[in-house]
Amino acid sequence: METFKIEVDADGIALITFDVPGKSMNTLTLQAMKDLAEIGPRLKDDAAIKGAVFTSGKTTGFCAGADLNDVMGALAKTDAKAGFELVNGLSNALRAIETCGKPVAAALNGLALGGGFELALACHYRVAADDNKIQVGLPEGKIGLIPGAGGTQRVPRMIGVMAAAPLLLEGKTLRPQEALGMGLLNAVVPADQVLENAKTWVKTGGAVQPWDKKDFKIPGGGPYHPQGAQMFMVGSAMLRKSTYGNYPAQINILKAVYEGLQLPMEAALRIESRYFVKTLATPQAKAMIRTLFVSMQELGKGAARPAGIAPWEAKKVSVLGAGMMGAGIAYVQAMAGIDTVLVDVTQEAADKGKGHVEDLVKKQASRGRMTPEKAEKVLGAVHPTSDYHHVKGSDLVVEAVFENRELKAKVTALAEAELSADGVFGSNTSTLPITGLAEASVRPANFIGIHFFSPVDKMGLVEIIKGAKTSDETIARAIDYVLKIKKTPIVVNDSRGFYTSRCFMTFLQEGVQMLADGYAPALIDNVGRMTGMPRGPLEMTDDVAVDLAYKIADQTAKDLGDAYVRGPLDDVLKALVVGHERFGRKNGKGFYDYPENGSKTLWPGLAEIAPVKIASSTPELVAEMKMRLLYRQAVEAARCMEEGVVTDPRDADVGAILGWGFAPWTGGPISLIDTVGAAAFAAECDRLAKTYGPRFAPTQQLRDMAAKGETFYGKAAKSKAA
Amino acid sequence: MAEAYIYDAVRTPRGKGRKDGSLHEVTALELASQQLQAIRDRNGLDTSLVDDVIMGCVMPLGEQGGDIARAAVLQADYSQTTSGMQVNRFCASGLESVNIAAAKVLSGEADMAIGGGVESMSRVAIGSDGGAWAIDPNASIKNYFVPQGISADMIATLYGFSRDDVDAYSVESQKRAAKAWSEGRFKKSIVPVKDSLGLTLLDHDEHMRPSTDMQSLAALNPAFAAFGDMGFDAVAIQRYPEMEKVEHVHHAGNSSGIVDGAAMVLVGSAEAGKTAGLKPRARIKGMASIGSEPSIMLTGPSAVTEKLLKKLGMTAGDIDLYELNEAFAAVVLRFMQALDVPHDKMNVNGGAIAMGHPLGATGAMILGTLLDEMERTDKATGLATLCIGGGMGVATVIERV
Repeated sequence: METFKIEVDADGIALITFDVPGKSMNTLTLQAMKDLAEIGPRLKDDAAIKGAVFTSGKTTGFCAGADLNDVMGALAKTDAKAGFELVNGLSNALRAIETCGKPVAAALNGLALGGGFELALACHYRVAADDNKIQVGLPEGKIGLIPGAGGTQRVPRMIGVMAAAPLLLEGKTLRPQEALGMGLLNAVVPADQVLENAKTWVKTGGAVQPWDKKDFKIPGGGPYHPQGAQMFMVGSAMLRKSTYGNYPAQINILKAVYEGLQLPMEAALRIESRYFVKTLATPQAKAMIRTLFVSMQELGKGAARPAGIAPWEAKKVSVLGAGMMGAGIAYVQAMAGIDTVLVDVTQEAADKGKGHVEDLVKKQASRGRMTPEKAEKVLGAVHPTSDYHHVKGSDLVVEAVFENRELKAKVTALAEAELSADGVFGSNTSTLPITGLAEASVRPANFIGIHFFSPVDKMGLVEIIKGAKTSDETIARAIDYVLKIKKTPIVVNDSRGFYTSRCFMTFLQEGVQMLADGYAPALIDNVGRMTGMPRGPLEMTDDVAVDLAYKIADQTAKDLGDAYVRGPLDDVLKALVVGHERFGRKNGKGFYDYPENGSKTLWPGLAEIAPVKIASSTPELVAEMKMRLLYRQAVEAARCMEEGVVTDPRDADVGAILGWGFAPWTGGPISLIDTVGAAAFAAECDRLAKTYGPRFAPTQQLRDMAAKGETFYGKAAKSKAA
Repeated sequence: MAEAYIYDAVRTPRGKGRKDGSLHEVTALELASQQLQAIRDRNGLDTSLVDDVIMGCVMPLGEQGGDIARAAVLQADYSQTTSGMQVNRFCASGLESVNIAAAKVLSGEADMAIGGGVESMSRVAIGSDGGAWAIDPNASIKNYFVPQGISADMIATLYGFSRDDVDAYSVESQKRAAKAWSEGRFKKSIVPVKDSLGLTLLDHDEHMRPSTDMQSLAALNPAFAAFGDMGFDAVAIQRYPEMEKVEHVHHAGNSSGIVDGAAMVLVGSAEAGKTAGLKPRARIKGMASIGSEPSIMLTGPSAVTEKLLKKLGMTAGDIDLYELNEAFAAVVLRFMQALDVPHDKMNVNGGAIAMGHPLGATGAMILGTLLDEMERTDKATGLATLCIGGGMGVATVIERV
């Protein structure tokens, strides 16, 4: 065996060490899956072996799960039958270990996720090191997969359906103590005692799993136990509530649990394997794995970084503007160990910004996520000031003042006066073109857009915007900085609203347009949520601020002059902002009313601004509305690709999901187009353009791709290879 | 052409479907067989003329399981040549059973058959049979399953019935039922339930609350808001996104009562009636069943009524009297709204909100009630229909002969 090594000691205990050669972390590769199939028969047949302990030969952990490249690659080449046999083969291998007739323990000296944890669950005993950094669990559901290898079957049999649900459906991972409390681990001991503890247990341990005993009952009851029935009935509703039926993985997990719990383990595993193969074949799984797993990892390693530029580290960074955004940036910098100067007009304003950092630190500390020492260190790294002299020595300045060209120009000059010749100046703007802002800079090659998302401590994306004169070196440095503060960078070119804001605004605008078209407002926002967007377009406009949407539309109209076509959308916004002073959530009045006690309700006055013509729905109408809301954004993303605002589909897709919450089940707007196919997408856009207006018109690039049968990702792979 | 006639209809009084209900100590078997005996004894019927007995029962498990119809036939000392079949069309099972009996007669398969139903809700609890529809995620997720009470609230929300509307309907139902009882309008059909000593256990519908008024109903909390919060409101809204929220207007006072009871309807051909020396009371003019949107679930009655009337070449206005099971007040309000049926033609003697809804039996009960009222007020044509779980409707049109 290549990946597992078996040593039998004097007590007859086989120590099975998992150690995939040439890898820093164990994953279940195809070879490991093959090897595992040999272990069960060996344990059963080798009379010298009395019991066994699984452990890892890596210091990085026990096992991070299936090797997705290996497994996906193998499955992509097979039909349903062969796919089933591959997947169920692993289940059978683990089942053979579980039923070998000798006690088997898992000694988890590090993380055990996905297939790694499933291997442990098939053991009769599990002990993990008492270390809060260790995670165990089944995160498959997060990237559109279902837990295989018995995960959907053993977890509910062990802890009941109710407790299993968040672990399986949400992919919630656990620290060892939590897993112990839930009954998924048998013991948690100091790291250096894990192996010994497992061996000691094997000497007296039982070799039959609870579910293989005659008197076994599913904790909390199975599907047709009175309590269990209620659980499944409500469970389906809760699943639809949280996923809107958009995620086949979650639905299939529930189906596998429901069907599997009514069967003996071998048959249950077959049910699970079929759903695994079925799920993997869905476009949602393929797109989600690519964007949320593969592309995220690649961008997280700096995939967009120009080649041949030496690594750079930002040690000292000044943040201009200590508002919510600036303070949030200061916080993430300090967390990453960056010496941070937080500058505002007055000392008082700067101190207030640091106060915000303090609040965030306290919140982390109170939840046990930060030691007092670390908290002190983070706070110590933030220096509030109103004196630009403190900017001196900074490797980078991040400007986060109000979206006002003159103000930005002024602070640029003040900061650059203190900045060394090769210091980088980053502007955190969401709307103002970088090339224009760079005119205020004395070294535009070092000037770049670094667009954060609010709230900075929670949002994982940073959009890096190249100005006309921005150098490759500056781009590389901006990426290095973003990676250092543990965010995912995407790199885009200068354009109105760049990439994320530009596409996101189309979602809001399409919603307001629907209102102007006479769709009932509840219908618009409910369907908006049903597309997989985090909120409906009207409520999101309230959150962004209606007056801001109005100002942006107004500014765009001014900038474009005659080219701007005024429409009913402008009238609705104007009526709200000018006519009724409804600015959105911020003044408690927008499309919704926001009563102090109680949840928001649609403002009845909307009916006067936009009389309702479509008050009831059919599934067909809903499908059409969903298409409008998603395709409007996707066609804008396609325009960004054509114009070169984004050049890499990975940037476009990851940026969309992390940046503005574009429906994750699609894998992003570009994945959505690839999934539908350029020809079908362009045809639908032509139809939508004819019905609703030219904003849906497909790009020439889409038409060319349609003619050649190309996909965005296919093209990107080809150009990378060339 | 063959015709199917109704020769008789009987029902038990309805007992509260609880441990303190008067019929709780009576088995479902006994409830059903006493009604079969009544059919036989009132008509001096040679039971060997009865080819088949079809009984609705919605919770066919435990003592109601294993084809209760055959067990009841034998318990009632019918001829052993009379077969028995249990059917489940949820809330319309009783009417469906009569329709099956009629269909057998019309087809010539049977000359005489009994359709009816039984449900002891106090002894076999509603929902105790499980069922894929609600529990298997394959079915429930795809079809936007919600519990029936949520569906009723969806009807109220989508068709604009306020809490006052549904409560007012229910107050009227109680009033009508009380008046009907005080005037003895149910006399013809009611067969009191006897104990094993032959003493009367119950001779009236004991679920009624004649003193119900708007104030007393206003004190009741919505019954399905908690279900809604668990996630079912979200499911409803995803099916009907025009709803900003689900208005929870239904409660115990404007929904059908949980009761025990049984009912039987004797159906036969003209010839079989002659052989038995019976005079037909009504002709079964037409029958239909339909499927409707399953999430809102309870809008089947108007759909099936339209289907049936079209088949018969009739319009809603041609029907003199309607019986629509009062599963929930909004179901009836929506039916009247959809077909423009005036309230004075609808459930004129009250309904299940006042008297209760013994699931498997109700359809046969309301058909009997309809026939009695047609005879009392000398009306020619009547229609009985019920809303059904899973989104269905069943209807029957009868006319007097």
